[in-house]
Amino acid sequence: MQTANLLPLVLVLAVVAYGLAYMRSRAVAAPLGGIRNLKALPVYYASRAALWCAIPALIVLAVWAGFEGKVIQGIVIATLPQDTWPESPGQASLILSQISNVAAGNLNPEFVPEHIAGAASVLEAMESQSENFKAALVLLVAVAGAGFAWTRVAPHINARLNVETTLRRIFFVCAALAVLTTAGIVFSVILETVRFFNRVPISEFLFSTSWSPQTALRADQVGSDGAFGVIPLFTGTLLISAIALLVAVPVGLLSAIYLSEYASKRVRSTAKPVMEMLAGIPTVVYGFFAALTVAPFIRDVAEMVGLQASSQSALAAGLVMGIMIVPFVSSLSDDVINAVPQTMRDGSLALGATQSETMKKVIFPAALPGIIGGILLAASRAIGETMIVVMAAGLAANLTANPLESVTTVTVQIATLLVGDQEFDSAKTLSAFALGMLLFLVTLLLNVIALKIVRKYREQYE
Amino acid sequence: MNTMNPSIAAKANMQDQGAEIPVPADRPEDTIIEEGRTVGKPFVDDPKFKLRNVSVSYGSDRAIKDISLDIGRNEVISFIGPSGCGKSTFLRCLNRMNDSIDICRVEGQLLLDDEDVYHSKRDVVELRARVGMVFQKPNPFPKSIYDNVAYGPRIHGLANRKSDLDEIVENSLRKAGLWEEAKDRLDSVATGMSGGQQQRLCIARAIAVSPEVILMDEPCSALDPIATAKVEELISEMSESYTIVIVTHSMQQAARVSRRTAYFHLGHLVEVNETDKVFTSPEHQLTESYITGRFG
Repeated sequence: MQTANLLPLVLVLAVVAYGLAYMRSRAVAAPLGGIRNLKALPVYYASRAALWCAIPALIVLAVWAGFEGKVIQGIVIATLPQDTWPESPGQASLILSQISNVAAGNLNPEFVPEHIAGAASVLEAMESQSENFKAALVLLVAVAGAGFAWTRVAPHINARLNVETTLRRIFFVCAALAVLTTAGIVFSVILETVRFFNRVPISEFLFSTSWSPQTALRADQVGSDGAFGVIPLFTGTLLISAIALLVAVPVGLLSAIYLSEYASKRVRSTAKPVMEMLAGIPTVVYGFFAALTVAPFIRDVAEMVGLQASSQSALAAGLVMGIMIVPFVSSLSDDVINAVPQTMRDGSLALGATQSETMKKVIFPAALPGIIGGILLAASRAIGETMIVVMAAGLAANLTANPLESVTTVTVQIATLLVGDQEFDSAKTLSAFALGMLLFLVTLLLNVIALKIVRKYREQYE
Repeated sequence: MNTMNPSIAAKANMQDQGAEIPVPADRPEDTIIEEGRTVGKPFVDDPKFKLRNVSVSYGSDRAIKDISLDIGRNEVISFIGPSGCGKSTFLRCLNRMNDSIDICRVEGQLLLDDEDVYHSKRDVVELRARVGMVFQKPNPFPKSIYDNVAYGPRIHGLANRKSDLDEIVENSLRKAGLWEEAKDRLDSVATGMSGGQQQRLCIARAIAVSPEVILMDEPCSALDPIATAKVEELISEMSESYTIVIVTHSMQQAARVSRRTAYFHLGHLVEVNETDKVFTSPEHQLTESYITGRFG
């Protein structure tokens, strides 16, 4: 039986176990004078039965699925004649893929050497056998687990404690999974980054001011030595993010203040969802809005006042990105401002403070940690945003602080580096990992700094 | 002032139960409240607050029904009455704290030193600087003790120099009986203090802007008996220089701190009189029922 069928089957069994244990515990309780004579509610006995049924079976299933392939491969290789045994891992995987292709019917057995065809039939047999064994074992474990739980439905056994403990462990595993995934991603990025720095010195990467990642594919190619200086990219990222935050923070914060403190209920109940809709617009839509409307408009205006402006500019991308992240700032700030207790407002107003003084001196400081949180979230969106920049700010890695020129960002370069066919061990491709690593470090640093600031200046109101 | 008859005092302990309004069997005709009619002595000579025919409604709900009352200069007056009788609402009219509630409408005449509190050109900021308020739950700002007291003087520009401000802060804390406890920790966060200290800090904060009137909305209901005693002592001391209006659920407190007591019932002002008179020989049957604990 396939894993895809086995999984729902185990869950069905768990539900059945739940129902049976539920009825069993009521039946046990009835002669004693009701469920209050049990140590735990029937729900807990039932849940425990379901857990006993499902969890061991799922663990067996996972272990089997995890090792099945390797074990079968080992056995299949062992059936090959001694003189055709693979000498290197590469050769082994070549032979194995040939065998599995034959077994899957993609390759006619007549076209391959006889020992391969033989191994293919062995593989086929083993796989179907494995399926059967697996199904049998998993179902056996599930039934045995449920049966064990059934025997443990007794008035003096406290199923509640078992269920709570098990649930706590399940939650822990879920949390651990998230942490491990993050750690895994970081680890793999670090590995690739180290490989990159074996080709390009870290000092060049960090301090060189030119970025041109085209490397020679052949030794005789000219004019593409590759320059991996990250400074223009980070300058571009910072420039665009700064413009975006310059738009988003004042607009978002002031609109949050208006909505939470001044607006009437009716205005608030319409304006807030509309503003949050901004966050739901796909970034590619913002992108063409920036490229087709805002950028030409900026160029025209710049020309009118006698400035030279590129048709793709950091300003266009930054402005539109700023609009995009307004809801992050305003929505979160609005929530934290509302969370400041009314008694704070009353206290200030009763002393003769005006509404704006109250806002500035009492509510804003109390809400500051949350507001900084919102701004940080917006900043990380801005730094990570790719599509708007690709469309509106271009790909040219200019080192400039002039917002009217075209610039590029770290994320855009990562995207363009990995688009299309790539050699996976060229400096060009590997540089994407180094960029990612650096970006990660920078955002991490930003977060740490912001946390420090928030801790230092927060005013706790409860 | 503390001449409460012992049986009344004992029964008064049973207040705060929030019971329904019963119809006393003996004199049913007295329980009928005539709108706008208050027994006792609602008016005084040369009042600080002159309140005439005041009604307050939330939407179509009339919370205060045609109340007329004078609040004397440097007088301590307490408002008592069952929960929901409108005494807090009435109190909050006096410095227009009800303004922030959209549906709240105030009618009638409210004069502070013969100036209309609700005049359309009235400066609310100036009004609230003159009429301070202390709330039920201590609500110090999450700032340092010093900044809490200095808050009002700063927004009103009462101090030109740092030394002036220091002096105001010290004086206010002294008047609130908090200086000895707080002088070594002026820079620590006010929310770290005990509840009683926080409430006295809120009083100090109100005093710091030198108000003429201080409104107190159940200032001791969140405090333990010792802290309550301190705050009450403070109120007695402050009565020399301020007009104090205090809403309280504790009749002993009303008896201890106030010169006059006003009894509210379902939005009506039923009786106002000298405190000892209210507690020993109430004129109105409803007042008597309330203070003897027949309902709360």
